[in-house]
Parts: sequence; structure tokens; C-alpha cells
Amino acid sequence: MKKEYSIKELEKKANQIRQDIIKLLVAAGSGHSAGPLGMADIFTALYFKVLKHNPKNPGWKDRDRLILSNGHICPVRYAAMAHAGYFPKSWLRTFRSINSKLEGHPSFKKLPALETTSGPLGEGLSQACGFALAAKMDKANYHIWCLLSDGEHQEGMTWEAAMLAAKYRLHNLTVVIDRNNIQIDGFTEDIMPLEPLREKYEAFGWHVMDMNGHDMQEIISTLEEAKAIAEKPVCIIAHTIPGKGVSFMEKDYKWHGVPPGTDIPGEPEKEKQAQIALRELRTLGKKIEAADID
Amino acid sequence: MNYHLVKNHLNEKKVKWEPMRNGAGKGLAELGEQKKDVVVLAADTAESSRAHYFAEKFPERFIQVGVAEQNLIGISAGLTYQGKVPYAVTYAAFLIGRPWEPIRTIIAYPGRHVVFVSSHAGLATGQDGPTHQMTEDIALTRCLPGFTVIAPCDFEQARKAVKAAYGLKGPVYIRNCREKTPVFTTDKTPFEVGKAQILREGKDATVIGHGYMVYWLLQIAEELKKKVSIEVINLHTIKPLDKKTLLTSAKKTKKVFCAEDHNIIGGMGSAVAEFLSETYPVPMKLHGVYDTFAESGSVKDLWKKYGLDKEGTRKILLEFLRNSK
Repeated sequence: MKKEYSIKELEKKANQIRQDIIKLLVAAGSGHSAGPLGMADIFTALYFKVLKHNPKNPGWKDRDRLILSNGHICPVRYAAMAHAGYFPKSWLRTFRSINSKLEGHPSFKKLPALETTSGPLGEGLSQACGFALAAKMDKANYHIWCLLSDGEHQEGMTWEAAMLAAKYRLHNLTVVIDRNNIQIDGFTEDIMPLEPLREKYEAFGWHVMDMNGHDMQEIISTLEEAKAIAEKPVCIIAHTIPGKGVSFMEKDYKWHGVPPGTDIPGEPEKEKQAQIALRELRTLGKKIEAADID
Repeated sequence: MNYHLVKNHLNEKKVKWEPMRNGAGKGLAELGEQKKDVVVLAADTAESSRAHYFAEKFPERFIQVGVAEQNLIGISAGLTYQGKVPYAVTYAAFLIGRPWEPIRTIIAYPGRHVVFVSSHAGLATGQDGPTHQMTEDIALTRCLPGFTVIAPCDFEQARKAVKAAYGLKGPVYIRNCREKTPVFTTDKTPFEVGKAQILREGKDATVIGHGYMVYWLLQIAEELKKKVSIEVINLHTIKPLDKKTLLTSAKKTKKVFCAEDHNIIGGMGSAVAEFLSETYPVPMKLHGVYDTFAESGSVKDLWKKYGLDKEGTRKILLEFLRNSK
């Protein structure tokens, strides 16, 4: 009933999702580029391999819950959901426009399949802990996944939740941190250093794993292993490249909060940015002919 | 309407004085017995906020988050998505003030049904001082779309309010104070969210209160009955406003006086003024905390110094009635 994807197919899917991210950002004329592109592989692994879910029945009570705390990267979530069949792909071009269900930051009211509302950072883990506590009370057997950005660990509320997760032994909860080292004003270690991040979570009573955020096989096996850890909540530090797949965006914090088509000194002409980005994605950086990817 | 108030309730020496936070705590424990989806959350003040009555009976449904009010909000929100009805309990300043943005973003905006039950509202907090005397909580909650805001008048009404909140939609805020205040309503006194209570009818002036100050208003109305006929309204629900009752009374008396242990900016008086100024403008006086922080002191001393006791309130009322002839 559920299609089984090979690693190659998942990588291709992630590439398609990256292209859709570029397109929807251009259609909206605003939105965040770097985070969504960086997290495309992880979202693909989740929506097409790891999550227990049913796009045709988003309210299925035994589904895994995916909470996106760093809501601004919703372009990647929306694109993944469209590909997975939660809603028509045509909705993607309505991102951020009036009356759309795809708001600039995830709105539970507009689209309940998003599980929660987010935007202001630091509020997701707390809610995820609420989900996990209720699941424990009800002896439920679904898993709760909470995605966070590295930057939002500057919010104290995140650590309040981390403390509580260990107290209540929320082993049905797994956190994945998008460790891309950037935030709005610069690199995280220049703005407000987070390191040593692994040791911080370990000190808070969590089991910590590191992961290459762009190796599909490693992503899948790490996520599956995390589910199996019984005694503690698990935190996966996913090492990602912000803007992955688009050469002029990679590792550059200036692309955190703007879409392709933005005037930035030193970057390609704004009218050409989307075109360049899509060509790079379709040819895997000129490694293949564009036709191979379709 | 017969409100079945305590017999001879106006005799403050004979009537019982009990903190309404005790009533709220009792109501919570009773609710926990009836409704198995109620979960109570505390932020290290379970005992003084009286959440411990529930915690002792239903430990598997009690969550202690420690001194972490933002997390209190987040956990409460998360629980609602799994069919739980969370009651988050702590001091008003920390329950509503500190985590106000998450309340707005993850509770009010998505319309989650969380019931916030505070203690230590207003100057009636006493010696802990202004950092703990919350006089802006009504302002902060009524400005959020979808919130129901209730300020019970005594122990009994707090008990009823806590239970009534279970059946409402969206977020609810119930404000209680710490100090012992007169218990003048009874088990038989009706309580309906959104329905103002005309506890005493009159025709010369409308006085509106919430919380314990309703008791002073009843005493004042009795004391002044030979000079002026005062209608006393217990406006326990500040949002949504019972516009029908307020309009009828304003049309009758043409003078409206509001009294509360809250900043006059943004409180119940403001809400009434917003409504009447557009619908039926009449002379109004908003009595309360006059946009100031208070200080440490016994509640009785604070009431006296800041004019929130019966005598202080009566003085301002008489001045208003004189000036608006």
C-alpha cells in the first residue's frame, strides 16, 4: 500500500523539492531560502521513509507527529507535504499570499496537518513535550519528532523544555537540530555561541547523536536508531549546509531570510538568481544533463 | 432574580472571609473527579495557587514544570492537541505577564482551549510587593482575540468559574486574589459565563465591579440608600461583555461607576467605557489602581493608601455623583 522508495529515488525527490522551494519563494517574492534548502534531504527522509503517516488521513490518531519549531523554514515542509500528497502542488505558488493555507509561518488554524503554529523561535520543543506527555498518559504508540534550528537554542524556553523532557523521560520524542551555523545577523558562533552543543544536551539528560544532514542513507538509519532508544529523549545534531544545492547561497548567512530575486552585493544579478539556482539543481551543479533529473 | 446571597452578608463581621484562590483550588479538585481529560500544570507555586488539592488526588494528571512559565504555556498548548483540557496555574504576573507572547502565538492565535487560573491578582497580593501585585492581567488577556476573561467575586464563585471554564471554547483566564475576602455568594447562587449579575437594583447610578470589590459596592449601596438608589452589577465576565445588561442599566441610571483592583487603563472599566462611549455615552468614572505601581504592605494598609477599600471607593463614588449632577 505504501510505496517503498530506494535511496536514489529519495535523493531525486529531495532535488525536486529543492526546485519547488526556489519556485514558491519566487512566486511569493519573500521568504527564507537557506534553511529550507539545507533541510530538504531530512524532510524527504521523514515524509517518504521514516514518518508513520497517511497524507490522505492527516488526522489519523496513531500517526507520528512532526513539529516544526523553526517555522520560518516552512517552504521545505510545504513542498514535502505537496509531494507526499497532503494537498495539490498548485497550492505552493500561493505561499504567503492572501487567503492561502500556506502562510509565511506555519498556521495550525489554516492547515491542521502542521500539528502546531510556529514562528517565534523557541516555542516548539515545549509543545512537543506536551504532545509527548499526553502520549505517555494515553500509552500511545506513535513517535513525536521536533525539528529545531540551532539559532533558536538562544531562546531560554528551549532549555526549559529540554529540562522537562529529561525529567519525564520522554523517550517517545526525538529532536533534530538543523545545525547550519547561521542566523539572521551572522554565524551563530559570532552572534551568541552555542558550542559545545552536544555536551549541553547531554548535561540536560538527553542522548545525543550526530548526523550528516545530506547523506540520505545516514539520515534514515540515524532517525530509525533514535526511535529505538528507550531511556532518554534523543537529540540528533544534523550537520547541514545552508542553501544546499545552490552554489551562490551555500554557507552564506545573507540568504537566511530572503528569497531568490534579492539584490545583494557580490551575488548574481537578482533577475538571474532563480534561473541559475534551478539550472544548478536540475544539472546537479553541471554534473549531469538536465533531462536526466526529470 | 434571586441570587441566594449569604444571609446578612453585608455584616462584614459575621460573614466568612476566605481567599478565593482556595475556592478555585477546590473547584479544580472537584472538576478532576468529574472530567478525566483535565490536566493541571503548576510552575512551582502549586501550594500557594492551591493546585495541590488536585495534585494530591490525581498525581498522574498533574505536571510540575518548575519555575519555567514559558514552558508552562508550551506544554499546555501541546496537551490540547491530544484531547486534554489543561489548567495552568500560578501567580498572575508570571502566568500572564511573563509568557505573554507564547500565550498570544501558540494559544490565542490557534484558539487552543487552555484555562489559565491565577492567584495573586491585584494589590490584594500584599507584602510580596509590586513585582507580584499584578494589575495589568485583565488588559493583557482581553486584548487577545478569542479569550474569555473571568474575575470571580468570592470563594464560591471562583469554584464555579473553574468548573464552568471546562465547557468553553478557546483560551480562558480566571483571575483570583490571594487575600481572604468575604464569601457572600452561596452554592445556590447561579453562575453563567458572560451573564452579568445585578445583585442590587437601583435607579440613580450604576456601579460595576468584579472580584472582592463587588462586596464593598454592595455595602456602599446599602449605606447610601437613603440618599441615592444604586444599582450594583457583578461583572464577573469581562470578555465577552454582557452588553445587554450594561446598556439597559446605563439607559436607566445615566451614570456609570466602575471599580476594580486593576489598572484603570485596560481593565474592566476600560472595557465598559469602550462599549458605552460608542453605544450610549454617559458620565463615567473608572476607579481602580490609578496607573501606578504600589508597594509592599499589608493588604489592609494597601487598600487604605491606594483607595481600594470600602471607604476609599465610597469617597470617589460620592465625588463622581456630585460632579455629574
